[in-house]
Amino acid sequence: MGNPNRAKAPRGIMRWIDDRLPATQFLQDHLTGYYAPKNFNFFYFFGSLALLVLVNQILTGIWLTMSYTPSAEEAFASIEYIMRDVEYGWLIRYMHSTGASAFFVVIYLHMFRGLLYGSYRAPRELVWIFGMCIYLALMAEAFMGYLLPWGQMSYWGAQVIISLFTAIPVIGADLAQMIRGDYLISGITLNRFFALHVIALPLVIVGLVVLHLVALHEVGSNNPDGIEIKDRKDEAGQPLDGIPFHPYYTVKDLVGVGVFLFVFCAVIFYFPEGGGYFLETPNFEPANSLKTPEHIAPVWYFTPFYAMLRAVNYPLFGVDAKFWGVVVMGLAIAILFVLPWLDRSAVRSIRYKGWLSRIAIVIFVVSFVTLGVLGVMPPTQERTIIAQLATVAYFAFFILMPLYTRFETTRAVPDRVTGR
Amino acid sequence: MSALMGGSREWLKRGLAAGLLAVVSLMGSGMVSAASSAVPLETMEPDLHDQPSLQRGMQLYTNYCLGCHSLQYQRYSRAAEDLGMPEDLVEQYLILSPALKINDTMRTGMQKDDAAGWFGTPPPDLSLEARLRGTDWIYTYLKSFYRDASRPWGVNNAVFPQVGMPHVLESLQGVQEKVCGQSDLAVAGAEIDPDTGRYASCDILEITQPGSMTAGEFDQAMWDLTNFLAYVGEPSRLKAESMAPKVLIFILIFTLLAYLLKKEYWRDIH
Repeated sequence: MGNPNRAKAPRGIMRWIDDRLPATQFLQDHLTGYYAPKNFNFFYFFGSLALLVLVNQILTGIWLTMSYTPSAEEAFASIEYIMRDVEYGWLIRYMHSTGASAFFVVIYLHMFRGLLYGSYRAPRELVWIFGMCIYLALMAEAFMGYLLPWGQMSYWGAQVIISLFTAIPVIGADLAQMIRGDYLISGITLNRFFALHVIALPLVIVGLVVLHLVALHEVGSNNPDGIEIKDRKDEAGQPLDGIPFHPYYTVKDLVGVGVFLFVFCAVIFYFPEGGGYFLETPNFEPANSLKTPEHIAPVWYFTPFYAMLRAVNYPLFGVDAKFWGVVVMGLAIAILFVLPWLDRSAVRSIRYKGWLSRIAIVIFVVSFVTLGVLGVMPPTQERTIIAQLATVAYFAFFILMPLYTRFETTRAVPDRVTGR
Repeated sequence: MSALMGGSREWLKRGLAAGLLAVVSLMGSGMVSAASSAVPLETMEPDLHDQPSLQRGMQLYTNYCLGCHSLQYQRYSRAAEDLGMPEDLVEQYLILSPALKINDTMRTGMQKDDAAGWFGTPPPDLSLEARLRGTDWIYTYLKSFYRDASRPWGVNNAVFPQVGMPHVLESLQGVQEKVCGQSDLAVAGAEIDPDTGRYASCDILEITQPGSMTAGEFDQAMWDLTNFLAYVGEPSRLKAESMAPKVLIFILIFTLLAYLLKKEYWRDIH
């Protein structure tokens, strides 16, 4: 393998372009000359996979828009038109609906990777914060997209979430009405959600992804050992433990893409409903404002936060419990933004942190998944108690982090990456 | 050093696995308690490759159901193609309304206002019924009508109590009534008899006057009808399942080549 970083003077058409646009320079900065640590493991596939799913959502979304009708009268029928009369419409639609769930699968694993290896620590705070903004925008995007098929769960799910705003004292009711654009969810709501879903939020997400990557390439990638590869360089000034992103990680990510696509396509072709979790059963019935479904559950990727909302069931300071539920739900997401300043450990990676951090992360994962499971089930007395405990555990992980990360004994960090 | 790290990483993995296992068992217990529906449903696994069954199902549908229940998203021509029927035969035998052509969708001629007046509520469209309720539900529902003098149409349904429709298939099934006795099938609220292993209940459905079909024939007919509704729910299913192996094999070969390429490139790293 020759040195991919060797500067080759472009000739011909490339030279012509380079004189007018820094194309070669751009490719070198971000691919052939961007040095990434050589010890990336399994968890490092999910960043590039998130990008792949984003492209899938945008392309299939464009094609769906060609046949979808955003009106309360015709939305549901136009989805069935896509499913039956549009050539390969069913495939495009399943790619989009399964893609939404796949997006959250890869994003959650991507975020968990950051959590494990301290990828949010200085100097990568902005990378983390841009990532969190993407997560927020993605939740809004998914929520608004879910209303568009105009099925029963679309309608009532949106009804439940928008009614959360009414819990805000004084301005709540007016705010909810402003979001809906009507006294109840109607075609007006559908049309504005359509506008936000197909143009406003995708623009925001793509812009944030650019910022996320620019910030990442400025500071360089973290790695499973959480050590800075820029600290040890060769004579040429390149990191000893770094390798050019292209070709090494482009070919490696291609393998990840293959494995991902295999699972993704298996779902699309054989289980597009995802056992009722990707396409919820009540959504095969058109929205009916007079008929409330027996059990309203948000799509699986929102359920941890939904369970927290329901877990808060006592009023405080004379304000409704629902308001505090909304506050807790908001804080659960907000606290992730300040994560870079909560972790006071001497080391970045969980590999070298002490026992307390390890126990804490296990408790965190278990409580988050527990909340997710409880969120899809109808509440009972025991389940509410479990959800309350899990909510406390979720927050304890963050609030106690400055303490347990500072006072625990960490392990010795190696000078060079361990290559595993 | 590395052995120590390996050990602690193992610990982390084991901790996570144990925690998640606990969550899964919680989920399992939750699901069992959530799924305590009124009447146990019989299992009906559709077979979309069984064209004769689908054709019989469509024939039953057009003769007995389409008078009230539209399939507003299902075109006759698409059904003809998918179920292997020549279009002229479909036009001749299955399109009963003179107002409909082969490329039309299977709509009922009944006016919504009339229907609401006769039944209290307009009969629902059944295009997506199989995806909404599941085939087990439809199959069991179709077999669970029984005589009930207290209802406007003289019949009720064990699966859908207070149902608003008459038992249009009674001439085929015969008159079914609720009786007391013992059954091999699990009946809601019935105690199992420890001696016979059967269920004692007064909610057992029994044919008291035979119809034009035997019990076996009627079961088969309802199976065909349910099978047809499963097809209507998702006409692309067969296409998806025939495409799937080709796509997956392509991806498999692609992944294998990508892996070999990766190995080749990465030979000089480490």
